[in-house]
Amino acid sequence: MMLFDWLVAPLSYGFMQRGLIASVLVGVLCAVVGCYIVLRSMAFLGDALAHGILPGVAIAYLLQINLTVGALAAGIAVALGIAFLSRPGTIKEDTAIGILFAASLSLGVLLISTIRTYAVDLTHILFGNVLGVSPGDLWLIGGLACVVLATIVLLYKEFLVLSFDPVHAAALRLPTNLLRHLMLILLALTIVVSLQIVGVGLVAAMLVTPGATAYLVTRRLSRMMVLAAGLGAFSGVVGLYLSFYFNVASGAAVVLTATVLFVLVFLLAPHKGVLWQRRRPLL
Amino acid sequence: MTRQRNRLRGMVSLPEEPARLELHHVTVVYGGHLALEDVTVQVPHGARAAVVGPNGAGKSTLFKALMGLVPLRAGQIFIHGQPLGAHHDCVAYVPQREEVDWRFPVTVADVVMMGRYGHLGWLRRPDAHDRAIVQRSLEQLGIAELAERPIGDLSGGQQRRTFLARALAQEPHILLMDEPFTGIDVATLETTLQVLDRLRDAQVTVLLSTHDLNLAATYFDRVILLNRRLIHYGPPEEVLTPETITETFGGQVFWLEPRGGGARVATASHCCPPEQSIPPRRQ
Repeated sequence: MMLFDWLVAPLSYGFMQRGLIASVLVGVLCAVVGCYIVLRSMAFLGDALAHGILPGVAIAYLLQINLTVGALAAGIAVALGIAFLSRPGTIKEDTAIGILFAASLSLGVLLISTIRTYAVDLTHILFGNVLGVSPGDLWLIGGLACVVLATIVLLYKEFLVLSFDPVHAAALRLPTNLLRHLMLILLALTIVVSLQIVGVGLVAAMLVTPGATAYLVTRRLSRMMVLAAGLGAFSGVVGLYLSFYFNVASGAAVVLTATVLFVLVFLLAPHKGVLWQRRRPLL
Repeated sequence: MTRQRNRLRGMVSLPEEPARLELHHVTVVYGGHLALEDVTVQVPHGARAAVVGPNGAGKSTLFKALMGLVPLRAGQIFIHGQPLGAHHDCVAYVPQREEVDWRFPVTVADVVMMGRYGHLGWLRRPDAHDRAIVQRSLEQLGIAELAERPIGDLSGGQQRRTFLARALAQEPHILLMDEPFTGIDVATLETTLQVLDRLRDAQVTVLLSTHDLNLAATYFDRVILLNRRLIHYGPPEEVLTPETITETFGGQVFWLEPRGGGARVATASHCCPPEQSIPPRRQ
């Protein structure tokens, strides 16, 4: 009964109910999209896009429009800017990311420095504020999450072949550039949706950590995505409870829960785990 | 056989004369270098052509051009008399081992199923017909029992068979194989040669790049001697003369004089590690 009370008590608060739903949605969404980030070694891109959103948020704040709308516009602009700048034979993708990432972040900081009373909102943007999720935010998060997840399910085989073997994708006459841009836009949407939960600074961890954990114990992309989604949702719930009872920052608690799961699997996973590999010579 | 011919007729209108692969004065600039210069070749339908030349001769660029992956600076490519790009996915490509991310979480069956993606089109899932073709391709390459294994667990020869099985599942009209004989075991070589015979029966045009002059002379109808420019093209007995080989490879060839007479044997000296010797062909 104690455990039951412990679990149910927070649910009597509306902000906790909304926070939990939002955490699960974002945990699942980030983890599924993050599988592609992990497999294509694009962790840097995820981080860069998250920071690239900052000027959009700042401009939206200055113009007194919805922050999420500003973030969305900035995210898509940065994603397409990276796609536009990186061309085979001239500028590599990570160079393009580096340039745009630094420029956007600087622009964001510059704009924010013009605002005096921004400290609280800035902290929320940087590190998330899941307990401040309004019913309207929840609808927006839910709607965008459904759009992104549905696209990933419908285009599963196209994104699979593009990630695994882009040359084969081209031989199949798939529109590879269009699909690449679409994937960047999905990533931008995911990051915008996640801002309120884990913030600009931590969204990269939510993208990468569950996917990396699932990669250690699965051998098919579909299973990796399902497992990562489970790990992401679990981290969201556990992190939020920890945040509630120990009165610590929620975004950080969610990310650290995911990290603990990763470390456990990293050490103990069959075949790929560190301890498993240590054990081998003894057998 | 018949079904494939019918399907072929349905996809592109076949001209009255034998359909073929044609390159007209193709020039490609790749990475700032002139990779192919004024190459004109006509490969008859169903022929098996070896593309022979030293490293950097433009063999891989030729394949990329045939898949439409690199733009042509000048010239044109026709397949079945129609310009490149007018076709759905009639060109299959078997990549070199180094081009594949072997840690990607896909199984052998997943990879072979990717050969069907072009036939499936958007939003459609593989059905029983596609699975039957995948199964048949796996059996032809002798890897049916490995279907559920992740590709990272396979031996080098098994990995090559997987990608050849994928090309078969694609049911292509033109098959491009990049250095398939470099560093493979004798069993995989034998299987590959058997598959090549079956493809000839099915009237599939095969272009295969190799360093191995003996192999090119023994198993191929046509040899394309390439060193940026087209040095010579025709049946191997015409093309592979000491003069043309020296022109193509410069000083990179050893001439071996067998004791007790017999044909002289040329070996391209830059092939390292040394390739497997080719077993006599079984009838």
